[in-house]
Amino acid sequence: MKCVVAGSNVKVLGKAVHSLSRIGDELYFEPVESGLALRTVNLSRSAYACFLFNPLFFQQYDAEAPKEDSQFRCKIAMKSVQTIFKSLSTLEKTVEKCRIDLNLERSRLVFQLLCKYGITKTHKLSFQECESLQAVFAKEECVAILKAQPKLLVDTVMNFPATLEEVNVTVTGERVLFRNHLEEEQDITKLMVTEMSLAADEFDHFEAQEDISITFCLKELRGLLSFAESSGLPINIYFNDPGRPVIFSLDDPVLEVNFVLATLSDEDTRPHEHTVSGAKKRCPPQADTANSTFLSDDIDAYMIEMETTGLEEKQELPADMPSCSTERGTHHALDCFQENSGSDTESEEDIPGTPPQKKFRSLFFGSVLSPASRGPDQTLLNQEVLAEASDEDEAPK
Amino acid sequence: MPLSSQAEAGDEQYVLIASLDNVRNISNILKAIQFKDHATFLATSNGIKVTVEDSKCLQANAFIQADIFQEFIIKEDSVMFRVNMTVLLDCLSIFGSSAVPGMTTALRMCYSGYGFPLTLFLEEGGVVTVCKIKTQEPEETLDFDFCSTNVVNKVILQSDSLREAFSELDMTSEVMQITMSPDKPFFRLSTFGNSGSTHCDYPKDSDMMEIFQCTQTQTNRYKISLLKPSTKALALSCKVSVRTDNRGFLSLQYMIRNDDGQICFVEYYCCPDEEMAEEEP
Repeated sequence: MKCVVAGSNVKVLGKAVHSLSRIGDELYFEPVESGLALRTVNLSRSAYACFLFNPLFFQQYDAEAPKEDSQFRCKIAMKSVQTIFKSLSTLEKTVEKCRIDLNLERSRLVFQLLCKYGITKTHKLSFQECESLQAVFAKEECVAILKAQPKLLVDTVMNFPATLEEVNVTVTGERVLFRNHLEEEQDITKLMVTEMSLAADEFDHFEAQEDISITFCLKELRGLLSFAESSGLPINIYFNDPGRPVIFSLDDPVLEVNFVLATLSDEDTRPHEHTVSGAKKRCPPQADTANSTFLSDDIDAYMIEMETTGLEEKQELPADMPSCSTERGTHHALDCFQENSGSDTESEEDIPGTPPQKKFRSLFFGSVLSPASRGPDQTLLNQEVLAEASDEDEAPK
Repeated sequence: MPLSSQAEAGDEQYVLIASLDNVRNISNILKAIQFKDHATFLATSNGIKVTVEDSKCLQANAFIQADIFQEFIIKEDSVMFRVNMTVLLDCLSIFGSSAVPGMTTALRMCYSGYGFPLTLFLEEGGVVTVCKIKTQEPEETLDFDFCSTNVVNKVILQSDSLREAFSELDMTSEVMQITMSPDKPFFRLSTFGNSGSTHCDYPKDSDMMEIFQCTQTQTNRYKISLLKPSTKALALSCKVSVRTDNRGFLSLQYMIRNDDGQICFVEYYCCPDEEMAEEEP
């Protein structure tokens, strides 16, 4: 694969990386025919973001896979990509072109910045091949759809303190209310509560079939807002009942952006409405302490990540990176499932102690579809995707 | 040494008197070499050389020429003393370190000789502060024996371009590798970090390159931790000269223009890293 980004688009790419870096520690890099997809998911899997750059975004775009049989995909450390696009003002002032090349012989993804005065900066990053990262969401099924100019949301969010973790959005009648999310144990007398009310006509599009109140993390949204603000693209917001993800998306002829954020489920007030949430049942240790914050883990149910180590010989990360070795362990576990699924004859590779792949998959999909399909493999799901509380920056896995 | 023994002296007893209208002209340049607590001052009739060293591998010198000062009197051939750099800089910025337009702090720096404190008279808006800093036994400074006749490669760059490269340094890399060559890649800075390698190439005909005199291909590695302090000087400078000698020793000379448009120099010497691991292309 090979692509060249020229002129002001380099800054757009840089901005996208900055937005993504607010969410995850790893950047999933996937060049496909329809464009270059950059994705990430946060540690607790409660937030997912995807930037899809259309081939027209590039001066030159060639997604051709290095090997004919497989699609090239990889993940790279977010930190190292951030370094490349560290200073946006420098990108704007000095960088004329950015070439992204895949060097398979050396297993490096090469980012080359061609700057003014003939200076070139070459970053050769190690990568891990991986499977595609996808979140399952359906914008069409959402009962509330809003569309707003970035400035409206930026101005609204600006009023909240930078330390605020979650924000509550309530759509009622012809108004949208933004306010701090208050946790039950918080002493209201010591808190400042900020609430903003926006009229429906401030939005470019306002469609809500019923009154809905959702709560989600603000941090990830800020990343999207800063990107939307700089690009001037209107923001589409799709959401459903509490507990189901909220989707923020930007659309442009050359770019498509989707941010999927988990929302807190509202079990106290509407215990039966929320069929998807199984977090309390799935993780008993948390259940006792589970205030609604923990339930944002629910996004697990919506996230699908399939990784494989089938191409492990390609991985050339330095051995002294502790995070790699632990991750490989995980991959092995997942790999078993992958291989099982790859060959339709399931009995061929019967690895003891691992449940059949189909169940594993259905676990992921199943939790989206119906909680009933969750079988005896709950513990496995817990091990694989159960993450810690979403609102803390965790140590590397 | 107790303060009482560092007695006060009249003007005629000072061996060194240096006055300056704007203290920022020297505090800035001292900040450019402030990476260790102690600095050795050597004053001669040419001016003052301030030296800071680290690990016997790195030496930084700031040269403050006599004509930077409005008054510069030295009664001996050379005067040498050592002071705590942090304390000195705290004193110099006693009226605040931020530049207020139209408001400058004037300095008169006096020293009576061995065993006496360094006395600073600082004045701003009619208010005078007198600071006395105990001096210490001067230590022998390292002689890097960096001789211009042994210089193999030399480039002079506009600082802007190097500043950027240094600000984006991959600090997970232990070393920075400098390649200088009469052929491609001419002048290359490389780091080798956890997640891959980074090269920054400057062609010899770049507008950022003022002088390019490379006679042979040389690749040397320097500890990033040693080079990092020099970014302070880089930030203030307008031009930088990068030289290496036949032993691989590195000399970085920074040309710094002060508030009044005068020029000072800060120089860093750094030893190469002994272990030269196999090269990554």
